[in-house]
Amino acid sequence: MSLDLPSDGCRSTPVLKERGQREVFCGLTGIIWLHRKMQDAFFLVVGSRTCAHLLQSAAGVMIFAEPRFGTAILEEKDLAGLADANAELDREVGRLLARRPDIRQLFLVGSCPSEVIKLDLARAAERLNQQHAPHVRVYNYSGSGIETTFTQGEDACLAAMVPTLAPTAARDLLIVGAMPDVVEDQCLALLSAMGIGPIRVLPAHRAGELPHVGENTVFALVQPFLGDTHAALIRRGARHIPAPFPFGEEGSTAWLRAIADEFGVPRDLFESVIAAPRARAQKAIAAQAAELRGKSVFFFPDSQLEIPLARFLVRECGMTAIEVGTPYLHEGLVGPDLDLLPKGPVISEGQDVEKQLDRVRAASPDLTVCGLGLANPLEAEGFATKWAIELVFTPVHFYEQAGDLAGLFSRPLRRKAILRKEAAE
Amino acid sequence: MKLTLWTYEGPPHVGAMRVATGMKGMHYVLHAPQGDTYADLLFTMIERRNHRPPVTFTTFQARDLGGDTANLFKDSARDAYDRFQPQAMIVGASCTAELIQDDPGGLAEALGLPIPVIPLDLPSYQRKENFGADETFYQIVKALAQPMPRTEAITCNLLGATALGFRHRDDVTEVTRLLSLMGISVNVAAPMGATPDDIARMGQAHFNVLLYPETGEAAARHLERACGQPYTKIVPIGVGATRDFLHEVSALTGLSAKVDESGLRLPWWSASVDSTYLTGKRVYIFGDATHVTTAARIAATEIGFEVVGMGCFNREFARPLRAAAKAYGVEPLITDDYLEVEAEIARLQPELILGTQMERHIGKRLGIPCAVISAPVHVQDFPARYSPQMGFEGANVIFDSWIHPLVMGLEEHLLTMFREDFEFHDEAGASHHGGKAVPRQEEELPTYVVPAGQDLSAPLDRYAAMIPDIPIITPSGEVVWLPDAERELKKIPFFVRGKAKRNTERYATDRGLFEISVDTLYEAKAHYAR
Ligand code: SF4
Ligand code: SF4
Repeated sequence: MSLDLPSDGCRSTPVLKERGQREVFCGLTGIIWLHRKMQDAFFLVVGSRTCAHLLQSAAGVMIFAEPRFGTAILEEKDLAGLADANAELDREVGRLLARRPDIRQLFLVGSCPSEVIKLDLARAAERLNQQHAPHVRVYNYSGSGIETTFTQGEDACLAAMVPTLAPTAARDLLIVGAMPDVVEDQCLALLSAMGIGPIRVLPAHRAGELPHVGENTVFALVQPFLGDTHAALIRRGARHIPAPFPFGEEGSTAWLRAIADEFGVPRDLFESVIAAPRARAQKAIAAQAAELRGKSVFFFPDSQLEIPLARFLVRECGMTAIEVGTPYLHEGLVGPDLDLLPKGPVISEGQDVEKQLDRVRAASPDLTVCGLGLANPLEAEGFATKWAIELVFTPVHFYEQAGDLAGLFSRPLRRKAILRKEAAE
Repeated sequence: MKLTLWTYEGPPHVGAMRVATGMKGMHYVLHAPQGDTYADLLFTMIERRNHRPPVTFTTFQARDLGGDTANLFKDSARDAYDRFQPQAMIVGASCTAELIQDDPGGLAEALGLPIPVIPLDLPSYQRKENFGADETFYQIVKALAQPMPRTEAITCNLLGATALGFRHRDDVTEVTRLLSLMGISVNVAAPMGATPDDIARMGQAHFNVLLYPETGEAAARHLERACGQPYTKIVPIGVGATRDFLHEVSALTGLSAKVDESGLRLPWWSASVDSTYLTGKRVYIFGDATHVTTAARIAATEIGFEVVGMGCFNREFARPLRAAAKAYGVEPLITDDYLEVEAEIARLQPELILGTQMERHIGKRLGIPCAVISAPVHVQDFPARYSPQMGFEGANVIFDSWIHPLVMGLEEHLLTMFREDFEFHDEAGASHHGGKAVPRQEEELPTYVVPAGQDLSAPLDRYAAMIPDIPIITPSGEVVWLPDAERELKKIPFFVRGKAKRNTERYATDRGLFEISVDTLYEAKAHYAR
C-alpha cells in the first residue's frame, strides 16, 4: 500500500521555536500510569513536598487506593550533608522493601531538588542493587522539571531499563511504550494473526517478563515521545521500524503495515487480518467526524502526541490544523507523521504561554487542545477545549479505539452546541 | 527524608498562590521549574476558576542553571508587569529555586517597578501550605496597610479567606450577613476578594474578624499591633460558637448581640424525634485544627454524637486541638501521615467520620460513612449552591451534610427488623444514596487475615498488610470467630457491625476466651447494651 502522501507535507515546514514560560507537567507525572502498568514496581521520587503534591494532584483521588509510588521528601538536614541524605535514602528504601515484599523493581526517580543538590541517584541505585539483589532490581531515572516534560518521564524510565535487559540473538519483535492492557492485547492479537512472533513488550507487567534485546531485535514504538528509549535500543544493536503512529485507522494500518513488511507478511494475509477491524474503525470515525469536519483545531504543547493526533484529525476527520505545538519535536520519530500532515499549520516547539494565548485568541479555533491549567480559563473566554491529559490516560491506540479517539475531540464541540441551544432558548 | 504517599498540605508557595489567586490586582512571580505549573490546575479544575491564577512561573530548565536564571527571573518579572499591570506584586521561590539562591526579592527590587513589590521568604523544606498562605497574607498586609482614622460607622475586616479554601466563598457572605444583623458592615474582606488598594485601607476598620486562624492569624496579630485593631478569637462554626462570636463582637463594639435567628433550623432539626437515632453515634473527627475543634463542639453538644477521637494535620495548631480533645476525654492525634489516621480510625471503628477528602477515602475503604468538614479539598467541595459552614445558615448546612451519609432513622430500624429479607438487606445501602441495590451475596467474600505478630499500630505495617478491596479481618489477640458466630455477625446491619465485632472481641479478650460463639456475641451485646 502506498500511503496517499500529500504533495507537500509538514516535514519541511520551518519550526517556530519558543522559549518562555511553559505551562506543562514535569516527567514525574508519568509515574501515574507507569505504576499501574508495572505491577511489581515501586516508584520512589526523591524530591520535595512540591513533587509529592504534583503527583497527588495529577493522580486525583481516583487512584487513592494503594499507590505503588511515594516521595522521599528532602528535609533541611538532607540538604546540609549529602552523606546523610544517602544514608537516609538507604534506610527509607530498606524499610519500604522490607514491608512490601511484592516489589521486585524499584525506580529511584530524580527531581529538580535532587538534581540541584547533586544527589547521585545512579550511584545510589548501584549501591541499593547490591544490597537488595537478586530479589529487587533498582533503577534510576530523572523525572525532574528541569530535564523532562510530562511524557518524557516515561521515556526516561524505559531508557533506564534498556541497558539492563538480557541479551539475545533471537529475531524478536519488540513493541515499546506503555499501553492500556486492552489495547496491548489487541495489538498483539493483530500481529500474531499475521504470523509475527515472538513479540515482546516494554514495559512488561512484571520483572520476570522483561524482554531481551540484541542485534537481531527489531522494534516499533507506539508512542512518539520515546526518543531516549529509541536511542538506547539502537545502542544495544536493535533496529527501529519507522512508521506513523497507530492513531486512527490510517495510522494503525500504516504502523501494522511497516511491521508486516519487515516480517515479510503476504499482502493477502495482511489484508484479511485487518479487514474487519479496519472497517469498524472507519465506520466509528465517520460517525464522529461528521461533527469535526471543516472545524479548526489548535494544539498547545503537552504530551508530544500532538503531531500524530493532528495528522489524524486533519486526514481522517476533515479538520484544519491552525497550530500544532509540541514540547519537543523528534523528527526521527514523528517524521512519517509530518510527511502525512498537509502543509498549512504552524508547527511550534517549546512554549511561551502568554504569546501562544495571544495567538489562540487571534486565530479563534473551533477546538483548542490544552492542559488542565488552561482549559477552564479558555472555556470561560468562549473556546471549546479538550484537555490533553485525557489523551494520555484513555485507550486511544489502534482500530477499536479510533472512534473513541475522534469522540474525545467531538464531545466538547457537541457539548458546546447543546449548551448554546439551551442558552438561546 | 520522610517517605510520603499522600499529603494533607502542599508546599508553602501553593499557600502563597492561594492568597494571590484569591486577590484581584495582585500578581505573583514565582521562580520555579515548569512542572510546578501543575498548581494552576488546583484552581482552574478543583475550584473551577474561570481565570488563570495570576502567577508567572519562570520555568527555568537545566540548561539555565549556573548561567542566567537570575536574568530569567528579571525578564519574567518585567514581562509580567508589562502584560498584567498589577497594583502590587509578590515575588518568591519554589523549593527548587530556593536551592539556587537567586534572591527574587533583590532582583525584583533592582527592576525599579513603579508598584510595591513584596518579597516572600517561604522555607520550602520546613513549612507547608497553610504557613505559606498565612505568611504571604501577613507580608502583604505589613507592606500595604497603614494606621488610619476609623470609619464613622462601625466596620470590621474579615481575615483569612483564600482561594481553594473549604467553603471560604460562602463563609465570607454568611459572616457579612451575620454582622450586618448587628449593624456592622465589612470594610475589607481579605485576602479573597481584595485588591492591594483595599489592603491599604484596612486600617480604617474598628476591629478584625479572624475567620480562619490557619491562614489569617499572623496578619490579625500584625494589625492589632500596627493599627490598634483587636480581633475576634471565636470562629463562628456551629450554633453555640456563632452565638459566642456575636457576644465577642458585642463586647468589642458595644452593639447588641441579639439578632434575628429565625433562619436557624439546626436546634429543632436536632431536637425533633426523627433525630433520636443520632444519639451517641460514635464519630471520629480529623482535619485542620479550627474545623476539627468547631466540629467537635457541634457533634457533642448540638447533635448528640459521641466524639471518640479527634486530630489535626497542622502541627502549628496542636495546642488548641489538644485542649479541645481533653474536654472530650480523647487522645488527640497530631499527624500529617494519613496512614496513622487510617490506623486510628480502623482501631476506633466509629460510626461516622468527619474529615477531609483523605478520610473520605479511608472511610470508603473501611466501610464507614464520612462527611467532609475541612481542606484538603476536592472538586465536590465547591458546590454550585450556597453552602457556608459559618453562621446560622452554616449550622443548617452542617446538619444536612453530616446526616446525609448515615442511614435514615426509620430505615435503620427496618433494616434491623427485616435483615433476612433478600432485597431489603443492609448491603443494599441507604435508600437515599445513588447506586443500585445488589442482591445479597451468599458466598464468602475474600478476606485478608493480618499475619499474627504483625504490629498493626505501626502504620507502615498496616500499609504493607493492605490489599485493595479485600476486607480485613484483624484478629485481636488470639480470639477466633467460630463459623456460626461469624454468620450471626454478618446479620448485624453494616452500620453497627464494626462496633459489635470490636465489642465482642474485647469482651472475649477480657474474659480470657479464645473462641467467640453465638452466645459470646449475645453476651457481649447484653454487656454493652446502653
Ligand atoms: S476526574 Fe478529577 S476531579 Fe473528577 S472525580 Fe476524577 S479526580 Fe476528581
Ligand atoms: S518540576 Fe521539579 S520540583 Fe516541580 S514537581 Fe516536578 S520534579 Fe518536583
